Amino acid sequence: MALVEIKNLHKSFGSNHVLRGIDFTVEQGEVVCVIGPSGSGKSTLLRCVNLLEVPQQGEVIVRGEEITDPDCHLDAARAGIGMVFQQFNLFPHLSVLANCTVAQTTVLRRKASEAEQVARANLDRVGLNDKVHAFPAQLSGGQQQRVAIARALSMDPALMLFDEPTSALDPELVGDVLTVMRKLALEGMTMLVVTHEMAFAREVADRVVFMDGGVIVEQGPPAEVIGNPQEERTQLFLRRVLDPTHVQDL
Amino acid sequence: MSTQSDTVVRKGLSPRKRAQRSRLIQYAVLVAVALFALFSADWGQIGSVFFKPEFIKSTFQDGVLQALVKTLEYTAGAFVIGLAGGTVLALMRLSSVGPYRWLATAYIEFFRGLPAIVVFIAFSLLPLAFEGMTIPWDPYGVVWLALGIVAAAYMAEVIRAGIQAVPKGQIEAARSLGMPPGLALRKIVLPQAFRIVLPPLTNDLILLVKDSSLVFMIGVAADGYELTGFGRDLANTYSNLTPIVVCGFCYLIITLPLGILVRRLEARAEKSR
Repeated sequence: MALVEIKNLHKSFGSNHVLRGIDFTVEQGEVVCVIGPSGSGKSTLLRCVNLLEVPQQGEVIVRGEEITDPDCHLDAARAGIGMVFQQFNLFPHLSVLANCTVAQTTVLRRKASEAEQVARANLDRVGLNDKVHAFPAQLSGGQQQRVAIARALSMDPALMLFDEPTSALDPELVGDVLTVMRKLALEGMTMLVVTHEMAFAREVADRVVFMDGGVIVEQGPPAEVIGNPQEERTQLFLRRVLDPTHVQDL
Repeated sequence: MSTQSDTVVRKGLSPRKRAQRSRLIQYAVLVAVALFALFSADWGQIGSVFFKPEFIKSTFQDGVLQALVKTLEYTAGAFVIGLAGGTVLALMRLSSVGPYRWLATAYIEFFRGLPAIVVFIAFSLLPLAFEGMTIPWDPYGVVWLALGIVAAAYMAEVIRAGIQAVPKGQIEAARSLGMPPGLALRKIVLPQAFRIVLPPLTNDLILLVKDSSLVFMIGVAADGYELTGFGRDLANTYSNLTPIVVCGFCYLIITLPLGILVRRLEARAEKSR
């Protein structure tokens, strides 16, 4: 059974029909990158997976549980789904360590000592064990994003969602975050990543999904979707993203 | 206007000279007023009415410091009630349940629109209107309640603004970690909101210090007098304003440092932005 299963998903903001019937699945251990032009609905799709956006129609099933069902224990389901945001969204009033323990102790009801142990292990994983007592404002964007990843990992999620995790970073800081994500992928974490980093998608993804206009236009192994796209919209998008002279086309 | 072309010969003083002369005139007026005040006022009379040394001394002996402590106690209790009530009202205003919003809005508009002294007069008449009714911890209970219910209305608006100033991403991050709404509010939103509203809340505290002077309207016993009641009573006894002046200085001892604190907090908040 697939880890994530999405059936006929529709989402509108007012008259803006952002998702127009999405069907797709993510298998256990799979790394799926979602690419597409801005406004194509890829972030909205990601945010529907843990119901930060509530779809008007369709089903989202995570680990066999239909989280779009009103009777679903949504908070428990969310605790098992890690989410990393474009803007990091670290808690600025808490230390790096407390950012990683606050949900462990309150949601998972772990003992403080156990939560700290888990948090330290995950901060070590993202290469920030020396920043345990720092506050978010004292860190660079790349460090903040890695703390955000450690915070999500500390909940022992079955699935990690990444919403354009490097888009708010200075170019020289992107590499550190991608390195951490690459490592996670190699460790077998199931990941759904909305990204503009084509090189990362090509190298790390098991499957690339191209979205445009609220539908999935094309999906498959990166070598096919990025290397040899079949659909005209995919070709046009990739030409613009990958060709540094695309500005002249406009 | 100075839009004339360069061929026209400029007349009169240059703008810089004119500004200099204007400043000179302002200083001259100031000196003239000061000299007039110096020679026309009866300084001996003023000194003996406002700053009579023997009355300053007896104001202290009669217990101005106890009155100062009373003012602080009344203010502190009212601040706690205002803070708790204001937080509840702010959350009600942001509730998704309509009636809670309406109730909170009505309360806030009612008590913000009313002069505080009207509320105090109402409280002073309560024991007459409801015979045998007593509010516990006399006189603290009635004072804290009267001051607190007005303060809550003002603080509610400040706290609501603070809660709304917390970025939406913070709630999303908390919820996506599995925190239920109440937990996310307590652990993530409110701590940040209170940090944001610390300067305006301190301003409310200053207003509360001054509003505690309205307590004398309720008619507490002499041993419950705060600064204003104490000063007025003593000034009446002496037929002299010196006790009021001493009490006025006591207020400034509280409010001026708080005012400086507000400016510091604001500067710090500005810097961290």
